[in-house]
Amino acid sequence: MDKTRRKVVGAAGATVVAAAMPAPVFAQANPIKIGMSMPQTGGLGGGGQAALVALRMWVDDVNGRGGLLGRRVEFTAYDDQSNPANTPGIYSKLLDVDKVDLLIAPYATVPTAPIMPLVKQRGKLLMGNFSFQVNADVKHDMWFNNAPWNDSEGWSKGFVEAGVAAGAKSIAVVASDQDFAQNLADGVRAYIAKLKLNKVYDQNYPPTTKDFSTIIRAVRASKAEMVFIASYPPDSAGIVNAIHEIGVGDQVRVLGGGMVGLGFTPIMINLGSKLNGILNFNTYVPGMKMPGVDDFFRRYSERAKAQKVDELGFYLPPFNYAIGQMLEQAIKATNSIEDRRLADYLRKNEMQTIVGPVRFDAGGERANQRIITAQFRGVKDKDQEQFRSPDRQIVIFPPADKSGDLIAPYEKAQKS
Amino acid sequence: MAFSFDLLLEAIIFGLLLGCFYAAVSIGLSIAFGLLDVPHVAHPAVLILGSYGVYLLGQYGVDPILAGLMLTPFFFLFGAALYRMYYETFEKRGNSAAVSGLAFFFGIAFIIEVLLVVAFGVDQRSAEAAYIGGSLKIDDLRIPYRLLVAFGVALFLTITLTVYLSKTFTGRAIKAVGQDEAALRLMGADPVRIKQFAFGLATAVNALAGAMLIIVAPVEPTMDRIYIGRTFCVVVLAGLGSMSGTLAAALILGVTESIVLMFFGASWAPAVAFGLLLVVLAVRPKGLFGR
Repeated sequence: MDKTRRKVVGAAGATVVAAAMPAPVFAQANPIKIGMSMPQTGGLGGGGQAALVALRMWVDDVNGRGGLLGRRVEFTAYDDQSNPANTPGIYSKLLDVDKVDLLIAPYATVPTAPIMPLVKQRGKLLMGNFSFQVNADVKHDMWFNNAPWNDSEGWSKGFVEAGVAAGAKSIAVVASDQDFAQNLADGVRAYIAKLKLNKVYDQNYPPTTKDFSTIIRAVRASKAEMVFIASYPPDSAGIVNAIHEIGVGDQVRVLGGGMVGLGFTPIMINLGSKLNGILNFNTYVPGMKMPGVDDFFRRYSERAKAQKVDELGFYLPPFNYAIGQMLEQAIKATNSIEDRRLADYLRKNEMQTIVGPVRFDAGGERANQRIITAQFRGVKDKDQEQFRSPDRQIVIFPPADKSGDLIAPYEKAQKS
Repeated sequence: MAFSFDLLLEAIIFGLLLGCFYAAVSIGLSIAFGLLDVPHVAHPAVLILGSYGVYLLGQYGVDPILAGLMLTPFFFLFGAALYRMYYETFEKRGNSAAVSGLAFFFGIAFIIEVLLVVAFGVDQRSAEAAYIGGSLKIDDLRIPYRLLVAFGVALFLTITLTVYLSKTFTGRAIKAVGQDEAALRLMGADPVRIKQFAFGLATAVNALAGAMLIIVAPVEPTMDRIYIGRTFCVVVLAGLGSMSGTLAAALILGVTESIVLMFFGASWAPAVAFGLLLVVLAVRPKGLFGR
């Protein structure tokens, strides 16, 4: 048999074997439709694409297990370009044209905020996706956020307490002028007032800012001992670069706090050793004990590499997979896809996910917060794999996840 | 922030450096829109294209400024082809060229954005060089080298283009086509060819300006939208078609933004910059250096 004939026979044989393998059988033909918008381009696009990899993994997993209620799960995601002006239109289309059964919110606060009134008015369950306090005013009773945080005090507590413990008495606050950062900064302002810390600098900057030299110079002039920064991914890298060029002074004990993006692989690789010493919030770092998360990351990394997105995926992906797991648990338990019944179940029960058990409070935020404050240490330039080590991000807070002590002041920690 | 002369001096220095960066990214538009009257809203997208070209060459160890220079011939050809397409499709056909041209150039900008997303993904990309990340230390003052480089390149571009446009035959022809196309035709020159050359030149300048952009801050494919307002603001504030005016207007904008940012708050900086534009246009509709 020549090589060509052997290949043809081999291919035919493989086809027959594949056809004979048991494929998922769905008892009912009509699928359960789940829809969302997701930033796939723009400033939040890097995180959004990684999150989509995880959500599609869950869809494949659940369909591989025979779907939900005997129905295949069909998943639709539109690109909102990180632009909040696009999301209300997308969710109207999802509800009125695509006729989806269940909704998941886009990643981040800014694109989510504009859809909250629409979703509440239409009486739909909305699984939140790393938003921050978007439901505080709307008070939608079918909102459930997958993020491991709750209020801004919980978010900033680890940072501020670490700074105070290191001897800081004054603080500078720098925040992007948009929903997420302002909500966070307002909470920090209230918390530092409660602790009677001296606020020596407080500045918002427009989200379009590209050069942060002047802002960092002003921070340096303020001689603050803590520098709390609430920024979005496109700004975070620029701020870290400016800090390294301008400096913030040797009196600074801790710096960081709410810099979104420092958990995204491309930004971490790009900044490299400039990350050292920064004390920032995080959602997952290697070494944290979470059931099933190691297997998830093994499978996720393979897919992410093939799709050329964030290969580590520590920040968003496991929590997006958890959204699927929570929907799956609620649908199976209630034997329904009715929004109200699912919402009642989600509110009253503990969800078992790869990011640990999840419980919700009355506002749909995490009742059992697990947001961590970690310090970058020993980071080298241009090395992605180093971030898989538990030694690159040391958890300072909360005590249950603590993996080491804070190094302060910031100047000393930069050399760690 | 409490006032001090040290901080004011620093704000002015940072403002001048920032202004030079604004000049570098606006000077191509000063030719395309200011002199040629082409509504080139794809200008910032071409800048970002230049930044990605520099990023790509950087993967092979090429210095960003050298990479920008290496890209200029290709950008010249791209610009010349783009203008020819615009001319044949819109300008040649009559009066609605400006409105149709806006749609055309918006389309070009979107195509560039999408191509960059497909080719490079949505993550931020940055350049590497010895002068990125460090700063010049003078007592307590620290000036980022990347801004000093932008300062130098902006000065180089402005001086070169000013001399070229005023001292060479082609340069004077470019200025003439902006003032009176019919008169130029009567002198035996082909205005379309002159404009095509000038548009190529404006686009070639963008390759070097794109290098400045990625030196100053990381770039991502949709970042062009941020620069549309600012670059047009600089060109209109300067007075259409004035190269030295573009530098002066950019410096005024940079210093104003920097002082406002230092003492009154970053959120006010864009409002003050565009407020300044409105005031100048109210007092002097042709811009600061327009004739």
